[in-house]
Amino acid sequence: MAHFDENARPFSNKWLDERIGINTLKRVLSTEYWIPKNINFLWAMGMVLAATFGMLLISGIFLLMYYIPDTKQAFDSVNYTIMSQVGYGWLWRHIHGVGASVVFLIIYIHMFTGIYYGSYKRGRELIWLSGMLLFVVFSAEAFSGYMLPWGQMSYWAGMVITNLFSGGSLHANGLVEWIRGDYIPGQAYLGRFFMLHVLLLPLVIIGLIVFHFGTLRLPHVNNKDGEEFDFAAEAEKYKAGNKKESKVIPFNPVFLSKDVFVMGIYFIFFFYLVFYHFEFAMDPVNFDPANGLKTPTHIYPEWYFLWSYEILRPFPTDPGLIAFAFAQVIFFALPFLDRSPNVAPANRRGIFKFWFWALLVDMIILTFMGKVPPVQPWSNIGLVAAVTFIALWILLPIITKLEKKL
Amino acid sequence: MSNRRDFMGMALGAFTGLGALGALYAAKRTWDPLPSVKAAGFTTIDVSKAPENVLITEVWRGKPIFILKQSKEMVEKAKNRPISNNSKFKDIDRLIKIGNDYYMVVVGLCTHLGCIPDYRPEKENFLCACHGGMYNSSSDVIKAPPPRGLDIPPFKIDGTKLVLGEEGPEYKKLLADGITLPV
Repeated sequence: MAHFDENARPFSNKWLDERIGINTLKRVLSTEYWIPKNINFLWAMGMVLAATFGMLLISGIFLLMYYIPDTKQAFDSVNYTIMSQVGYGWLWRHIHGVGASVVFLIIYIHMFTGIYYGSYKRGRELIWLSGMLLFVVFSAEAFSGYMLPWGQMSYWAGMVITNLFSGGSLHANGLVEWIRGDYIPGQAYLGRFFMLHVLLLPLVIIGLIVFHFGTLRLPHVNNKDGEEFDFAAEAEKYKAGNKKESKVIPFNPVFLSKDVFVMGIYFIFFFYLVFYHFEFAMDPVNFDPANGLKTPTHIYPEWYFLWSYEILRPFPTDPGLIAFAFAQVIFFALPFLDRSPNVAPANRRGIFKFWFWALLVDMIILTFMGKVPPVQPWSNIGLVAAVTFIALWILLPIITKLEKKL
Repeated sequence: MSNRRDFMGMALGAFTGLGALGALYAAKRTWDPLPSVKAAGFTTIDVSKAPENVLITEVWRGKPIFILKQSKEMVEKAKNRPISNNSKFKDIDRLIKIGNDYYMVVVGLCTHLGCIPDYRPEKENFLCACHGGMYNSSSDVIKAPPPRGLDIPPFKIDGTKLVLGEEGPEYKKLLADGITLPV
């Protein structure tokens, strides 16, 4: 039988520690969770993402109070009720729209930081994999949310994306109709995507965020030089008062205070967009109500899906679908395709440096080409960029195998 | 002792497994299209008054249906156009003969990813703005990415009327010949 002090004041530190081990929790999760000193502002992106998810959750709760998931009422409930009737409804919508877009910008920065510094190998594979799962579920969350205003882009994006599941020549119309619950996106479709967007997917995201943090705890975060050191020994130095010599700082309060500073800068940018430039996240085509008998002249996804959309587009259907599927899953394989033992920034890794910048530039080109109409010369540039993307991933194991050990 | 535990473990596992399968089936059925959606699947269209080379758009199961009455020249072209690489049939085979006239009757959704192609009467072809696919006036593909010509909906000819959603002998023949796929 555990010992409980009869005299401990209810809800005092001692009282809580005896019941839920609060001191152990605090130590393991915050005051003795060690972070290397040798990092920069890019290491703050994780908490910036967590904060942005918080903004999406809170703004979403308020939108949910007035949104109506009915094909006849959804458009007006967003564009009339929330935007012009509900007090400050516009604020929640603009935070939600801008947040959904900016969260992907930060996710991409977070991902490319990991790729650049090699933070996905030697004990950090699960961090990468759980992060990729988060990326996929965030994509599904963004897509399902995009359906809800039931405008022209919602409807036609829904039509095109669900058609991907017919698998080209497999012609799996039954599967597509099952996903939609109808021959076309209709009431059944809107209802189920509403459920996914406001309940199931957010639950999965929250679970995955906890898991993602969990995968980080034992391997610790990487540092700017990919240096491996004894966290326990460095922690002892810090605790003994040799804070200058120690290579680590505690997550709380030292690292977190820097995180909060970066978040402060970030939120200035975030709210600048919310108040003055929200229109970039609001496609004008989606201000026309959904119409199943009229395709908008030019359909394109939001900017963050353009690169993978452009990998689909320049090919005939079946090769296009295969290339698209490849692009969706290949990032998962990164820890296993990189055959080099080096954990170091890309600029010290020989050919990998060029591989990294080539991938980044190629994806930016794909993003731009995905936005323009499918005419020459854009189609050809898109085709070359799509082929380059696939080639880069095929080359990765070869160039990393050849890499000299540092 | 251990045998007894194993047995209880297996019995529990089997019953929960059965329950999980049942729940999965119920979940699958919940996502199926409702009977009301499936029942509202028939549309009757009178094509006799359609003008030549003017695209008429009707609705069947929420999808746009394109009807294009062919002019004499268009029929001649469809009869004589060489068989293209990506199809095994003459264009004339894709057209539906009602009385003495030929009609193109198709689901107006691009077979690539389901956008609605635009008809350009002066060029006698369709252009899909989404990914640049093109079809000729008898709805066969003339430019990728679409994998095949526009799909022909199930139909039954009833005098000068078309009943969409019912499978008449003419439609069954198209299906059997592989000229169109089930929609």
